[in-house]
Amino acid sequence: MRKLALEAGRTRSAPENWRRNSRARELRERVIKLALTACAYLSILTTFGIVLVLLFETIGFFRKQSIVEFLTSTRWSPTTGSFGILPLVYGTLTATIIAVMVALPLGLLAAIYLSEYASRGLRRWLKPALEILAGVPTVVYGYFALTFITPFLKEHLFPNIGSFNALSAGLIMGVMIIPTVASVSEDSIFAVPQSLREGAYALGATKRETATKIVVPAALSGIVAAIILGISRAIGETMIVTIAMGAQPIWGGSPLDGMQAMTAYIVQVVGGETPRGSVQYQSIFAVGSALFVMTLVLNLVSYWFVRRFREIY
Amino acid sequence: MAQGGTKVREEMAGRPKSTFKTQTGARYVLDRLFAVLVALATLVGVVVLAVLLIDVFRDGAPRLSWEFITSPPSQIFPENAGIIRPLVGSLWLLGLTAVISVPLGIGAATYLEEYGEDTFFNRIVEINISNLAGVPSVIYGLLGLGIFVNLLGGITGGQSVLTGALTLSLLILPVIIVATREALRSIPDAVREGGYALGATKWEIIRSHLLPMALPGALTGTILALSRAIGEAAPLLVVGASAYLTYNTTNPFERYMALPIQIYDWIGRPQEEFRMLAAAAIIVIMVVLLLANSVAIVLRNRFQK
Repeated sequence: MRKLALEAGRTRSAPENWRRNSRARELRERVIKLALTACAYLSILTTFGIVLVLLFETIGFFRKQSIVEFLTSTRWSPTTGSFGILPLVYGTLTATIIAVMVALPLGLLAAIYLSEYASRGLRRWLKPALEILAGVPTVVYGYFALTFITPFLKEHLFPNIGSFNALSAGLIMGVMIIPTVASVSEDSIFAVPQSLREGAYALGATKRETATKIVVPAALSGIVAAIILGISRAIGETMIVTIAMGAQPIWGGSPLDGMQAMTAYIVQVVGGETPRGSVQYQSIFAVGSALFVMTLVLNLVSYWFVRRFREIY
Repeated sequence: MAQGGTKVREEMAGRPKSTFKTQTGARYVLDRLFAVLVALATLVGVVVLAVLLIDVFRDGAPRLSWEFITSPPSQIFPENAGIIRPLVGSLWLLGLTAVISVPLGIGAATYLEEYGEDTFFNRIVEINISNLAGVPSVIYGLLGLGIFVNLLGGITGGQSVLTGALTLSLLILPVIIVATREALRSIPDAVREGGYALGATKWEIIRSHLLPMALPGALTGTILALSRAIGEAAPLLVVGASAYLTYNTTNPFERYMALPIQIYDWIGRPQEEFRMLAAAAIIVIMVVLLLANSVAIVLRNRFQK
């Protein structure tokens, strides 16, 4: 009896004079639970909405365009009717690879510092300070890449760099995803049991040796998850690549030249007055579908990695 | 470790014991170098942020004035252009997004943490929410374009500020849900059991104790989520925020401008004067965001044990 009351908060077993009230309370409880359930299930609706919208327009697109050409052609020229997505994928991946080359070492080392070296007090302030990096609006990063990083690179390193280029966009995108990589890796590094560290110290390992040869390998699946999450962020990033990388869909260009990312193409089309139902309008949904599938796969893989790492301890 | 280990083992097996060296001197030097390296790597991000802020400030500070904040934008005369219309639009977006997303987010978190049993369907909901957090913002824009602009245009007013706010709400919901859930989870079960012992119903406990106790954590997450919403440009571009308006937005069904969109528009113009305007507008938005972030950090550090 006591357990029942605990579980559902029922008041049936309460004194006689409470009964009338309790019926109203029970009704209210049920209505509230229903409302809260609806809030939670809204997320399912959102996912359905995304999938349906993308699917609907993408099917319309493939009624007019060959899907094989879309996936294999290296020519993207919407005005002349060539829709091969590879140049856009090339732009996205070039910037993403540069970003990962920045964020992987910096994010991982920062995670080691925060978890193994920084004092508790310092950690409490450094972690949120890093998170501010993730909160800077991406238009601001775009401005910085275009008006500071590119001129800087032109003056000091690459005199023939284009005013729009993948390098500066990628570098800044790397800075943007440092917090993602650092924060998720730090969580998994922090979760490594203290006994592993103590065991290493007992064998005579130094702090660095313990960190790099014991703790990091033990936290590896979490770190991999962090990197995959960072990659997914970079692929979906829009404003930095739109502002700093340009709008030239070129297959196989140099990182010093302008390119167009998948996300940048979407922004380019919605910026113009493209009539609803036209091939160009539908093409942004086709590109969006490709983008959605890429990030979804990466997110699921990352989720799976985190799950695995949780199972170990 | 494996390499070092074999080496030591070889040395110990093949040679007399006396030549075995721990090389502690060299290893401690390496240790110290590594400690410096990790600290420097952590600082890189902070340094880039500082350089960014200084650069933007240098570019935009000369244009910053009260007139800049209170004047309407101009596409022709950069010298007397201001940001009042995008600012009003962004405030509308902020207010509507908060009104829509906070109750929904807290409701969903409460359900998942307090009511939801570990059923298959609820697990799907959970995986789904963590996946939604990873969906690129521009995809939310396409969702908003398909649903709120095209399908429900009659209700939302098409490319209205309400459409923008609905789109941003869906975008930040996962963040609010995750933060609120964490806050609810950290409340000891004794609170719930104490409530039941006094005859309170589940909802009475949630309303009187759990939600107030979870407030600081939920608030931190909500502030961070909303500050992300104010800075978003990509989804708003897709659902049709205006690059230029001749009036201030006065109700949810009107069209709107937004600060990030205005910044993007100014960056795209070739004249140096417009770049300065963009920098000045960036200063305004960064001041707001840094303030919001500091409040969130202070809140979290004060209430987190």
